Amino acid sequence: MDLQPSDEQTQLRDAVERFIRDADPFEARRAALDGAAPDDRRWRSFAELGWLAIPFAEEDGGLGGGPVEAGIVMEGLGLGLAPDPVLATWLAGGLIAEAGSPAQKAAWLAPAIAGETKLSLAYAEQGGRYDPAWCMTRAEPNGDGWRLEGGKSVALGGQAADVFVVTARTAGDHRDARGLSLFALPAETRNFGVRRYATHDGQGAADLTLDGVEVGPEALLGEAGAGFAPLERALDRAIAATACEAVGCIRALCDRTLEHLKTRRQFGRPLSENQALQHRMADMIIAREEARSAALAACLAVEDADPATRARQISLAKIEIARTATKVGQEAVQLHGAMGMTWDLPVGHHFKRLTAIAASFGDADHHLRRIARLDSAARRAPATA
Amino acid sequence: MQLELSRDQRAFRDDVRAFVRDELSPATAEKVRRGEKLGRADWQTWQQTLGRRGWLCHTWPKAHGGPGWSVVERYLYETTTAEMDCPPIRPFGPKMAGPVICAFGTEAQKARHLPGILSSDVNWCQGYSEPQAGSDLASLTTRAQDGGDHYRVSGQKIWTGDAHFADWMFCLVRTSKEDRPQKGITFLLIDMKTPGITVQPIHTMEGSHHFNAVFFDEVKVPKVNRIGEEGLGWTVAKFLLEHERVDNAGIGVTKQALLRLKAIAAAERLGDAPLIDDPLFHAKVTQVEAQLMSLEMTALRVLSEVASGGSPGPASSLLKVRGTEIAQRISELAMEATGWYALPHQYGAVAGNAPPVGPDHAVMAAGDYIFRRCMSIYGGSNEIQRNIIAKRMLGM
Repeated sequence: MDLQPSDEQTQLRDAVERFIRDADPFEARRAALDGAAPDDRRWRSFAELGWLAIPFAEEDGGLGGGPVEAGIVMEGLGLGLAPDPVLATWLAGGLIAEAGSPAQKAAWLAPAIAGETKLSLAYAEQGGRYDPAWCMTRAEPNGDGWRLEGGKSVALGGQAADVFVVTARTAGDHRDARGLSLFALPAETRNFGVRRYATHDGQGAADLTLDGVEVGPEALLGEAGAGFAPLERALDRAIAATACEAVGCIRALCDRTLEHLKTRRQFGRPLSENQALQHRMADMIIAREEARSAALAACLAVEDADPATRARQISLAKIEIARTATKVGQEAVQLHGAMGMTWDLPVGHHFKRLTAIAASFGDADHHLRRIARLDSAARRAPATA
Repeated sequence: MQLELSRDQRAFRDDVRAFVRDELSPATAEKVRRGEKLGRADWQTWQQTLGRRGWLCHTWPKAHGGPGWSVVERYLYETTTAEMDCPPIRPFGPKMAGPVICAFGTEAQKARHLPGILSSDVNWCQGYSEPQAGSDLASLTTRAQDGGDHYRVSGQKIWTGDAHFADWMFCLVRTSKEDRPQKGITFLLIDMKTPGITVQPIHTMEGSHHFNAVFFDEVKVPKVNRIGEEGLGWTVAKFLLEHERVDNAGIGVTKQALLRLKAIAAAERLGDAPLIDDPLFHAKVTQVEAQLMSLEMTALRVLSEVASGGSPGPASSLLKVRGTEIAQRISELAMEATGWYALPHQYGAVAGNAPPVGPDHAVMAAGDYIFRRCMSIYGGSNEIQRNIIAKRMLGM
């Protein structure tokens, strides 16, 4: 058992944090929320540095990194509040890598890794809440292709995406895990409505409408009806990745709050001399370490061979991330006093990002229910010999 | 001991209900019910309606234009108007500047300022906090130099709600440096049209504009605008800080927020059933409802105590702490209920410029949660309220 980072991982972390410090993406996040057009220089840098390639296999043009390496980048993005849709591209790209043919990977994955296009995964629907099996968007056979009808909600990274990976049902009822299929749709496809908008945390998303979108067979990724298992794995990877991003936000908030408590003076002394605030600061540090550990647990569980074990561990981690993110976010705002509320300081934006992470890919309640179902099924299953 | 209202109290409440039914625009009530941002047309029209009825400044002494209600009648008015989705009263004139002028003002000051507050034709803002003087308000440094028949005010106020449209500000300034900082403070009324005043908007993290920074550069304030004696402004300020009646409207507004939470959870789906039917979510809603019930009963106990001649003491601190925490928790659950639709930044929709993303019931929830983080910070932070309880209730 060895939980120390390797030399390569340490070097990656140093490079990421140095870049983030120099690039000051917080300004970009505020500008994005103020409606400014996105600045693609940072995205091109991510591509040049190879970060967009990290989680993809070498034969797909990637660097063969795992969840820990991906998590190091995500933590840096959280630290610096970078609004760039790195995770969105990795998520959708991961599905193209797993299910796509060489031609499909050349068409959609390679340009994304090169920083030329952005991707977004669109699976959630209004009414489905966080259930990955819920899908009312249907794909009917249409010649040798398909005709898609339905809608998608809050596709993360959708504000800037060129290509969407969309789940649509080719068989089964609306809650059936079987019968889910994956399609790659360029944003400009006819009858494909993409409503792009900013999110509270400056990341951006899109709501999609599919009003009889006609696609050829090349749009289907992998086998029809076999999309659920890859989707679930992708979502679990997303939970591990956003857990690491949350750790970055939590680190930043702990540092800034401590600095604030030490420098802000009221009643003739620094706030940090108040024991009540010392205890609350200590609680934030405890929560930070618990978040770091939960994120690590999630990263290490992502590639677990047994789907039930993986799912359970990821869900436990998400429950902890939601708890610590909410606690640190709320405390940081409170301990900054009125200054914690303003548009102009990073504190509020870290808080909003943590709030969004807690609500993404299943909130704590969703994961509590998922564990309840897994445990219930395990209790009912016959004991193995 | 009994909870039921007397016949006269019921009749009073029915009068209030009838008035609201007749006078409150259904469109405004609907906006309030949905938790939407109110425009000036909404709240100023309503305040002027209340003003014509003599109900806007309902805590003022009868001699100064108040309706002369008992504490129970005040409670019934505040909770009933909140439960009927009346716009919340902007407090700076009716609940702050007005009572101060009634208690400490000269006849000339009363004659000049009270009518405009009573009718809601004049808007006010509060110049208290400064960048270096938040919880430690007495350490304020905005300076008022003696100029004979006037002061010249220079400095900066911050977190000044409504300053961007207020006509007047009531303001704490320093007229001298003494051994104790409270001693050199003076209470001034400042015309916001006076040259030398600059108002800069401060946007809060959910994207809207309520607060401002106000800069004073040698602003001439006639001494006839001073309330009370020079150097005795802190006494006047303390009157305001301590004079806060139990704000029963807060409880009424929170009860409406709980109804809104339940409506959102009924409209949202989990699987093939409403989210509110999920035992996990329902339990969380019920827990906060139990706390709100207890809070309301606490307010009634304090009210009862005051009605029989007692004084509320530091009970207002207790009610502020729990009132804000409960309101924050309800807003958190409402946001949770919206699932993925907690993410879209709906500022355009909120301002009425763009159609909402996602279902109507989800539009306000996340922004409301984010904004309400300030409830435990403003009005005397919850940390300060706990200090007050420790010091004044417990002698610690």
